[in-house]
Amino acid sequence: MYAPEFDYHRAGSVAEAAELLSKHPDSKLLAGGHSLIPILKVRLASPSALIDIGRIDSLRGISSDGGTIRIGSLTTHAELASSEVLNVAATALSEAAGMIGDPAVRNRGTIGGNVAHADPASDLPAVLACLGAEFVISGPEGERTVGASDFFEGLMTTAVGEQDILTRIEVPASGPGEGSAYAKFAHPASRYAVIGAAARIASSGGTCTGASVALGGLVPAPVRAGAVEQALVGGPLTEESIAAASSAVADGLDDDEVLGDVYASAGYRKAVAHIWVRRAITAAAGRSG
Amino acid sequence: MKIPVSITINGRRYDRNVAPRLLLVHFIRDVLGLTGTKVGCDTSQCGACTVLLDGVSAKACTCLAVQADGTSITTIEGLAGDDGLHPLQESFWNKHGLQCGFCTPGMIMASHELLRCNPDPSAEEIRHGLEGNLCRCTGYQNIVRAVQDAAAGGSQ
Repeated sequence: MYAPEFDYHRAGSVAEAAELLSKHPDSKLLAGGHSLIPILKVRLASPSALIDIGRIDSLRGISSDGGTIRIGSLTTHAELASSEVLNVAATALSEAAGMIGDPAVRNRGTIGGNVAHADPASDLPAVLACLGAEFVISGPEGERTVGASDFFEGLMTTAVGEQDILTRIEVPASGPGEGSAYAKFAHPASRYAVIGAAARIASSGGTCTGASVALGGLVPAPVRAGAVEQALVGGPLTEESIAAASSAVADGLDDDEVLGDVYASAGYRKAVAHIWVRRAITAAAGRSG
Repeated sequence: MKIPVSITINGRRYDRNVAPRLLLVHFIRDVLGLTGTKVGCDTSQCGACTVLLDGVSAKACTCLAVQADGTSITTIEGLAGDDGLHPLQESFWNKHGLQCGFCTPGMIMASHELLRCNPDPSAEEIRHGLEGNLCRCTGYQNIVRAVQDAAAGGSQ
């Protein structure tokens, strides 16, 4: 399949990319290309130019000051999955990154491209919503930071404007007594999330002292499962109480919003979502001790 | 618009002017005539187009040739040395890890990546490591055996 014709410009820096964006208004940023090239090939998008930011080294890599983990937008899924920093302090993120596509896809696809594309069946948006990530965007008016709930606006729609560049993602590092996990009902062929559930649990002596649970895959943009979180906090982290709390997930899902397709209907997804929520919470609770 | 690219494939440098929309797999197959790398699904799912890009696996149907400018690529044609087939090629042959052969170049390049990351994989890890490569003939059993054989230095 051939994409429609487009021009190509390579940016050596964020400033140069910004300049190219302003010069070529109908252009798209190209990073790893693993979301963009497929949609160009099926002609869902036909930009007049691509601006390749894939060689801007300042946008790559993971660093931590102990409290906050900074992830450059060009960091690949393979780098997220194998990061010691993330394995310890944002386990759900490295776990989810390791479930994306397959090894060759993970070698090329980037976290920035993934979240800027904001495919509802993607894994990382739910995890980043769960972990309370912040998104640093460079735009014509300077740099701004947007929280996950404002970043993901809807189906394939984010706070990144046409003149903006997502430069990094910041994730709070988990501390003692905290753990996180991601559980996924993967489509058997595409490996995309039919349902994705991310959980971050804080516990003390077997009691849940804090909970964040977010869902992806079955909704246009990631949502927090507030009812599940409320049911968990203050209670024991036993099998029964986690299962009971997880069953509250369906109540928080708006019927008009739940996605369905030929593989899994909206009703089916809504009915079984609690299973993946339970698995994510159980794994996160196990890591919080 | 044409963009000059310089891409090293199997140790030989190629300088060409390419259209920005040209996929790396078409550059390899149609521009250079190296037809070992296959186009299967063309949607980054089947893995028939898998090559090594600067030493790590990549699906050449989901990479533009311009993105590969300045990189070094290994295709199935570049695996065998002067002293004969690559151990993975030997093992796929000896263990009958193929039938029609269409998926085999990509399967071997993905197996190369798997053994780079995990030199002694279990059968389960091999199945996971090759989940981005589809074979419609073998049922995968002999592919797993071939990778195990290659990991064991051809002794199985």
